[in-house]
Amino acid sequence: MTTTKDAAVTPAPAAPSPSTPSAARRLMHTVGLQNLSLILAIIVLVALIGSQNSSFFLVSNIKTIGTAVAISGLVALVQTVVIIMGGIDISLGSVAGLASVTSAMIFTATGSNAVVSVLGALVIGSICGLVNGLVVIYGRVTPLIATLASLATYKGIAQLVSNGRAQGYTGSDPFYLFLARGSLIGIPTLIWVLALVAVVIHLMLRYSRVGRNIYAVGGNDTAARLAGININEHILFVFGLAGFIAAISGLLITARTGSGQPVSGSEGLEFQAVTAAALGGAALRGGKGSIAGTILAVILLGVLVNGMTMLGFNPFWQNVAQGVLLVVAVVVQQLSSGERRVGLPK
Amino acid sequence: MVDAPLLTARGVTKRFPGVLALDQVDLDLPAGNVTALMGENGAGKSTLLKILNGDYRPDGGELVMGGHVVTFSTPHDARRAGLRVIAQEPEIVPHVTVAENLYLGKLPESRGVVSQTVLRRDAAADLRRLGFDHLLDPGQIAATLSPAQRQLVEIVRALIDDPQVICFDEPTSSLSDHEIDALFAIIRRLREQGRAIAYVSHRLREVFQIADRVTVLRDGRLVGSRTVADISQDDIVRMMVGRDLSQMYRRESHQAGEEVLRLEHVTTDDVQDVSLHVRRGEIVALAGLVGAGRSELALAIAGDRPVRSGSVTAFGKVLRCKTPQDAIKVGIGLAPEERKADALVLIRSVRDNIALAVLGRLSKYGMVSDRQERKLVATYIERLNIRTPSAEQRVENLSGGNQQKVVLARWLAKESQILILDEPTRGVDVGAKAEIYSIIDQLAANGAAILMISSELPEVLGLADRIVVMQNGHVNGGLTRAEATEEKILALAMADELDTEGVPA
Repeated sequence: MTTTKDAAVTPAPAAPSPSTPSAARRLMHTVGLQNLSLILAIIVLVALIGSQNSSFFLVSNIKTIGTAVAISGLVALVQTVVIIMGGIDISLGSVAGLASVTSAMIFTATGSNAVVSVLGALVIGSICGLVNGLVVIYGRVTPLIATLASLATYKGIAQLVSNGRAQGYTGSDPFYLFLARGSLIGIPTLIWVLALVAVVIHLMLRYSRVGRNIYAVGGNDTAARLAGININEHILFVFGLAGFIAAISGLLITARTGSGQPVSGSEGLEFQAVTAAALGGAALRGGKGSIAGTILAVILLGVLVNGMTMLGFNPFWQNVAQGVLLVVAVVVQQLSSGERRVGLPK
Repeated sequence: MVDAPLLTARGVTKRFPGVLALDQVDLDLPAGNVTALMGENGAGKSTLLKILNGDYRPDGGELVMGGHVVTFSTPHDARRAGLRVIAQEPEIVPHVTVAENLYLGKLPESRGVVSQTVLRRDAAADLRRLGFDHLLDPGQIAATLSPAQRQLVEIVRALIDDPQVICFDEPTSSLSDHEIDALFAIIRRLREQGRAIAYVSHRLREVFQIADRVTVLRDGRLVGSRTVADISQDDIVRMMVGRDLSQMYRRESHQAGEEVLRLEHVTTDDVQDVSLHVRRGEIVALAGLVGAGRSELALAIAGDRPVRSGSVTAFGKVLRCKTPQDAIKVGIGLAPEERKADALVLIRSVRDNIALAVLGRLSKYGMVSDRQERKLVATYIERLNIRTPSAEQRVENLSGGNQQKVVLARWLAKESQILILDEPTRGVDVGAKAEIYSIIDQLAANGAAILMISSELPEVLGLADRIVVMQNGHVNGGLTRAEATEEKILALAMADELDTEGVPA
């Protein structure tokens, strides 16, 4: 156990080998094959786009990529947690929209009180998530169907309270301005938020008791139950957390557009989040996945979308590209599991 | 016994990784005969049936039907050749009628349309022909059938296209006497029609009622075939047992301490009126054949299944466990039968799996202490001699024996004082078995109370201080270490309540 210290600080699952491995193999062990291929894909993509359009490498463009992925990245991070637990939450885009529109409406109603509007949006997001969890546990509805239902419901509520229109104006509030356009030591606030949430969730998954139990529940829920883990508590916590983080991304939407958006900017977030998590190596059957992988996948997707825009692709290609990536990522996962190719997959 | 056998198996051999499941087994199924196939758990009966059914391809030997060598690659091939194996667990499509279930895969149709009228009429006619018309209604929705009726659907489905060779795998396990009578009537009729019938059962009484011949397997080998008229129940039991016991692990008995686990008249959805107790330092074995309700009882004690009546007492306190969490809190640890499905998180590391139940103790403010955890895990890897390249190795890459040691390590780390070990050495190779036996012995010596479920009689005899034998959810009797023999345990495990006089002394 001489490499214990390395394993403790590196994000990828490290399996220290008793013999002294070569440098390349050690890199493989600490970073992992999945992450290594993502890094490779990013390098190839960057080289390709950069060779066609050199303004891709401008600091301003790199910041653009960073701020563009912050909102979808947040949802991808928490989607990873849900997927590791063996679930999925496709209502997160709607939760973000509802949080965005209510944050602006509370902001207006309280006479431009940013603190109350932020807290209000976070509470609403968390409640949305907890309701999903309750339906899954006590209604015995699979997460996919439960959150498909709430995808429609929460979106409808956001449209109802706003009459389908953008709400309020937060563009002159210093806090929202700082969120949208501010920066610390040259790095935009949006990227800070994403990085902070990533670190917290990473630490939770890897080092906290709850995080470790989430892996166990996703890996084998019977084993987890028989080992004395309260599965229901964990499901409720994870769905609540998902709603909470989706609300943060809703707040970022409000900040960036200067107003509360019921649908625009949040629609489709859940899809990007599932794609990023799957590309990042989270197994859709649960028990496996890492924040490092998801972050790499988020960067890959951000670079891809940005490059396609710069190279003048028809923007409709973006959906096609992401859809293909999602299905390829899952096909690779499933085929490597060696299941018989008969009937509906489990 | 007059005609040549309808089906003959010669030298059938089947190997699984690490196990020789069938070793040169011969089987004759003569026309107009019911041949009972008997043997302990793991003797090879199921493997043989699966080969007949085309589920498995044998590694050696051949099947001969009607003078021709046949090979079955799928159950469909077997069916076409006129051989049906009726599974113990019925496969039912729940939300359609009995009639549709009967003709599944070959629904009568004209121009792509299935006529419900024709279907019902055919089904009613077939049921009448087979003598089950008073037991099954073709129009009933399958989901509302009782377990016994489902079994009958499975049987009728197999008999509809008049197979020449029919194999029943414990067909009566969910049937009542009334239904068994109907089943036996049809088996007798099939015999008169000159069909060849194989009948797997653990119930000696039934074998004497219905079978003409008996073929006994033990450890994947053929022990012999006899005519039922020529042998007694004792003879069959003697053929089934008789493993080489000289190599067996034998543990020294320890002085048992105070009683820590007591069950009084415990009834759950699967077992009735079970009473037993276990003291510190004692190993009590729950013996019985597969399906006796032992694993279900274990789950009930561990808080995972509700106890309907009766009481479970641990350390002098009556337990009211609603979840496994409650049972674990008072010091009960369960190593379940299906290690991979129910105990281990296979895609996670040895460390994760050992520490699973003790993360609370290792945590401060919700964060697990990495240092303490690694120390604890390293301790148990060493103490139980778990062979793994590192604590970070995924459990799925370990051998069966080392996986079982990981499960044991989990409860040792939790310091559970009452351990329920369900088939602790299933799928474990011989070397690792001996290690697990000595771990169990050590645990008892250190004052743990151990309730061990095992289907391997040598293991039961070698380890247990006392043996409780179950059948059909009931306790049939208990034996002390001194009086227990393989014959006595097996006789108790097969003695139906109606036929206790058949127990050899």
